[in-house]
Amino acid sequence: MESIKRYKEAAFWAVLFMAFAMVPLLRASSYEIMLASHILVWGLFAVSFNMLWGGTGMLSFGQALYYGLGAYAVGMTFKYWGDAWFLPSIVLGIVCSVVLSILIGLLIIRVSGVFFTVMTLAFGQLAWQITFRWYGVTGGDDGIQGVIPPGILGDRIFYYYFTLVVVALSILVLKRISGSPMGLTLRCVRQNPDRVRFLGQSVKRNQLTIYMISSAFTALAGGLMAGVDNSIHPNMLYWTTSGEVILMSVLGGIGQFFGPFIGAGVLIVLEDMVGARTEYWPLIVGTIMMVMVLLFPKGLVGEVRKLVDRFRSRAPARG
Amino acid sequence: MDLSFILVQLLSGLTMATLLFLVASGLTLIFGVGNVFNFAHGSFYMLGAYLAYQAATVWHTDFWTATVAAALGAGVLGMLAESLFLRRIYGRAEEAGFQILLTYSFILVIDDMVKIIWGTEYKSLLRPAGLRGSVQILGETTPTYNLAIIGIGLAVVVVAWLVLTRTRAGKVARASALDREMLSAMGVNVPLTMTLVFGIATALGGFAGALAAPLRSVTPGAGIEVIIDSLIVVVIGGMGNFWGAWLGALILGEVTAFAVILVPEWAVVVSYVVMVLTLIFKPEGLFSHSPLRKV
Repeated sequence: MESIKRYKEAAFWAVLFMAFAMVPLLRASSYEIMLASHILVWGLFAVSFNMLWGGTGMLSFGQALYYGLGAYAVGMTFKYWGDAWFLPSIVLGIVCSVVLSILIGLLIIRVSGVFFTVMTLAFGQLAWQITFRWYGVTGGDDGIQGVIPPGILGDRIFYYYFTLVVVALSILVLKRISGSPMGLTLRCVRQNPDRVRFLGQSVKRNQLTIYMISSAFTALAGGLMAGVDNSIHPNMLYWTTSGEVILMSVLGGIGQFFGPFIGAGVLIVLEDMVGARTEYWPLIVGTIMMVMVLLFPKGLVGEVRKLVDRFRSRAPARG
Repeated sequence: MDLSFILVQLLSGLTMATLLFLVASGLTLIFGVGNVFNFAHGSFYMLGAYLAYQAATVWHTDFWTATVAAALGAGVLGMLAESLFLRRIYGRAEEAGFQILLTYSFILVIDDMVKIIWGTEYKSLLRPAGLRGSVQILGETTPTYNLAIIGIGLAVVVVAWLVLTRTRAGKVARASALDREMLSAMGVNVPLTMTLVFGIATALGGFAGALAAPLRSVTPGAGIEVIIDSLIVVVIGGMGNFWGAWLGALILGEVTAFAVILVPEWAVVVSYVVMVLTLIFKPEGLFSHSPLRKV
């Protein structure tokens, strides 16, 4: 049974990958390609965010900090050193994120629950304030415009495939981590931290590691986004960005590994269809979040699974 | 910087601290008594400011009636929010996380509702008649209204606190933080208690919003600024701790008042720095005795 489940999941990912790979071949406009890139990048952001929250119960409200760090690493090297630095600066953003997440992580993993959330929020807002105000270095609220990747990466379709491959590989790696002994330990931490401690595992060290991993992949998503949008701005670090990725996770299902990816797709398509036509998009976002929390806490993927299970249990048992 | 200038800055910091304390004490009350984390507490502050504006400017009531109406309005809306929405998720797995999400969605909804009702342009409110002048302190002038806020704000919070600690109703409310089942077995209507506590807390927030309205302009984003400031206050002071909230508000108010003079560009950042420093040396907050950190 376990292996069948694994094959099914692999098949699901393969189909999803192929579907995204087909997008440019279907005579999609450059706008539609950009939309698909947004789904991929936010999908990576949401899946790595959910590793932290869904996997371990650490609800961070400040992941936009690392998303912005990844984007600004690309934007600032571009502004000061030129476009040859595009690819190295994505790696640079990840390295900076790892260092910063360890420093911040050491401070904030000492507390849990609501306090953890409040502190992540505070660090995120601190980073936003600095980015927003430090005109001389970050460009302040003008952000940095015209960030075009060098050479063949500057081609929109090529960059799309580059994004697709990087995101797919990252999600594979995250999946492996989630299924590793460490991932298992962390799920146990969420359910019963004391027992994990009695079994000789360091709860805090595991939490710090997963915080670091999640932040690193979030920075990668930010770096990729700089090339998709060709511009960066301080709002990437604002707390509503963190809120958006939280909503994607709730929408898809926090208990599911790939749920947030679906959530990202649904929210981005919805924002494209509805958000562009109304100035009250936050009202819609807030209402969706309220409905999900109150009525569908397992998220879309979780609720569909529940339906499927109910249907199966009614059908005559097979084998 | 001479002595009188420092004194005036101190008073200005104290005014801000009092407003912050009104908001933060409500936040900490809901958390300490109801074990509910209300992310949207700042939005009730903002609603208070708008309700006071509506009463005073549109309906032409006098300032103090408007302030009381704002507090009552914010209290009623808070009770509605608790009994219609928050009550449904008590006791659920991951309650803390869902509380954060649900109250975060309140922020988004309330912000846009305010924009729909009152528009996006800045509103302002006149200071109450009789408190529009200023007084001389050691040769420097300070607005009378600021001094009034310090007095009124402290009096209101102290009364709210006396009710909670000295009366039977207050004891029941505090007991609900410890053991709701036992309280319910003793014949206390626990859900009603929770709703009332929530109402008192949001009324404190709304009251602060109304008092602050003549000093700061009333805008849709006001709730977010205030919630972040009051979160810093409770992190510094120790969450769920009344006197901690007072100390936290005092520190943040004074530090900001002087930062605005010394490093105007970076004043906002200074408050975060204070919080980070507290976090490094005393992660449970300055006033917390026990490691009451697991939620």
